[in-house]
Amino acid sequence: MKMKKMIALLAVGILSALPLAGCGGTDDENTLTVLNYGKYIDPEVLDMFEEETGIQVKYDESETPEDVYSRYKAGSIDYDLICTSDYMVEKLINEGEVLELNFDNIPNVANLDETYFEFSKSFDPENKYSMPYFFGTVGILYNKNMVDEADLTTWSCLWNEKYSDQVIMADSVRDSFMAALKYLGYSLNTTDEAELLEAQEILLNQKPMVQSYLVDEAQDEMISENAAMALVYSGEAGLAIEENENLGYAIPEEGSNVWIDSWFMPKTAKHQENAEKFLDFLCRVDIAQLNFDYVYYATPNKALYETMDAELQQNTTIFPPQEVLENCEVLKSLDEESTNLYNELWKEIKSAG
Amino acid sequence: MRKLGRQLLAGPYLVWIIGFILLPVVVILYFALTNSEGDFTLSNILAIGDPIHLKALFLSLRLAVVCTVICLILAYPLAMILNKTGRKRQNLIVFIFILPMWMNFMLRILAWRMLLNNNGVINTLLETLGLPTLNIINTSTAVVFCMVYDFLPFMVLPIYNSMARISQDVVEAARDLGAGSVTVFFKIILPLTLSGVISGIIMVFVPALTSFAISDLLGGGKVMLIGNVIEQAFNQQFNWNLGSGLSIVLMIFVVVSMALMSAHDKEGGGAGVW
Repeated sequence: MKMKKMIALLAVGILSALPLAGCGGTDDENTLTVLNYGKYIDPEVLDMFEEETGIQVKYDESETPEDVYSRYKAGSIDYDLICTSDYMVEKLINEGEVLELNFDNIPNVANLDETYFEFSKSFDPENKYSMPYFFGTVGILYNKNMVDEADLTTWSCLWNEKYSDQVIMADSVRDSFMAALKYLGYSLNTTDEAELLEAQEILLNQKPMVQSYLVDEAQDEMISENAAMALVYSGEAGLAIEENENLGYAIPEEGSNVWIDSWFMPKTAKHQENAEKFLDFLCRVDIAQLNFDYVYYATPNKALYETMDAELQQNTTIFPPQEVLENCEVLKSLDEESTNLYNELWKEIKSAG
Repeated sequence: MRKLGRQLLAGPYLVWIIGFILLPVVVILYFALTNSEGDFTLSNILAIGDPIHLKALFLSLRLAVVCTVICLILAYPLAMILNKTGRKRQNLIVFIFILPMWMNFMLRILAWRMLLNNNGVINTLLETLGLPTLNIINTSTAVVFCMVYDFLPFMVLPIYNSMARISQDVVEAARDLGAGSVTVFFKIILPLTLSGVISGIIMVFVPALTSFAISDLLGGGKVMLIGNVIEQAFNQQFNWNLGSGLSIVLMIFVVVSMALMSAHDKEGGGAGVW
């Protein structure tokens, strides 16, 4: 057995050394290695940054917070700057993987609205480690011709027999549990087993009337009017509404999840000065404008918000109104035991029927 | 000198096999047999006994068998028709069969999603013709449907190949000796195409058993196959150990089914058609 383990370890060693060997020779001072979500920056911004500063950007993309985590943990690339979601930033801060940002080197941070730093305190209590990039909510994208808008004031609409086989739920643990927990009046960060079991029960009851569990495709299904309601992120809702004017976006009165995607510098950062220059660049109004137009999620850049026309400012799908935000919670990172419980309960839901 | 040259030619192949086949399998084995602390454990492999995992495994086996049987039923007569048609048309039909494979696998699945949707192309067409609509999207029926579509060429081509190799003389000799069409089929054609049938079965059954993309996209997240369980263990739960353990179990199923099949493949040349 020992022999086998040795061989396995050797193999793991060789495999993890391969990518390192690949980029060992090319590491010069003036680069910046960035990990961001897909389609989450205007590519032109990267070119402009390279041109203005002479810093070469190595840009990498990933799809989900979980994916960001496993990429970072795989350790084969030394990232200087990573953008990911609130609870994943928190998890990494708790694991001691994040470096403090020196905001003195990021003067343009003054353009950002203080409110969002307040929100960030739920995962970065002293605002030492992270800088907000985009934010939004989770809510219901619905078809005005198929859904009675009065039903949308509460999460119970997702359990309403009227819409049987017309509902698209999110194929992700935390988002689907969020809807159930909020409907039951609990916190979306609960670790109480009884509350979670109750949420699981109503999700199980809901399964026969759910049309499908999707993530990225939900938006397309709604645009082609294959379903009446879908649980989606506000950004996706905004894009879908642009495509099909029969669609609307609503956040039930029980409240929902507000998410903030933030930048942070991981422990592996070798070009901290460049990373801070890049963050400063992103806060500049003209650059934030380019990214906002490209991504179309809510920007925390107050200076930019003030330049927008009134119609856009009042687009509640993109910019959630203050009273809605006050009702929303930020997702917290869960301890391992609770994470396993969530995953087990979700797996049972997915496997049922 | 010549010998050295030959050995050098095999070099890239060797690097490929070691780097992309052997090493990954060793790494999977390592993760499968350890826990998150790196200590030896069998629990990741025994986790297949969990009712949820067993259910997913049996559903995968069931859908894979159904898909293989449907492919066989469709492919065998088609291979016979192909074999009977003239060269030119033969090439055309084979070409049409291979044509969809020029397109990316994921795009083909997504296209089926659009076709089968409640308001999709097929249903719109049925509705205008006054026919009842087809509501199979997000069910295991849709998953099997797309598997059959994707894997059918892998069944047709080996059967057709083995059929084309049957010398017309053998068939004529049988007829001279008074065999009717039925006897010729069961005594000559079927036994001589068995190797093609067997490699066809392997090439359809194995990818059908291990697939997860089709069930994810056409099952609407409601059809959980063992492949989906493994994918989630890796991507959502960061539990590489569990994912690897279940992958090993799945590999055992694949190897056993291939061994069972090739034990019947007396000719031994079945896998060589590709």
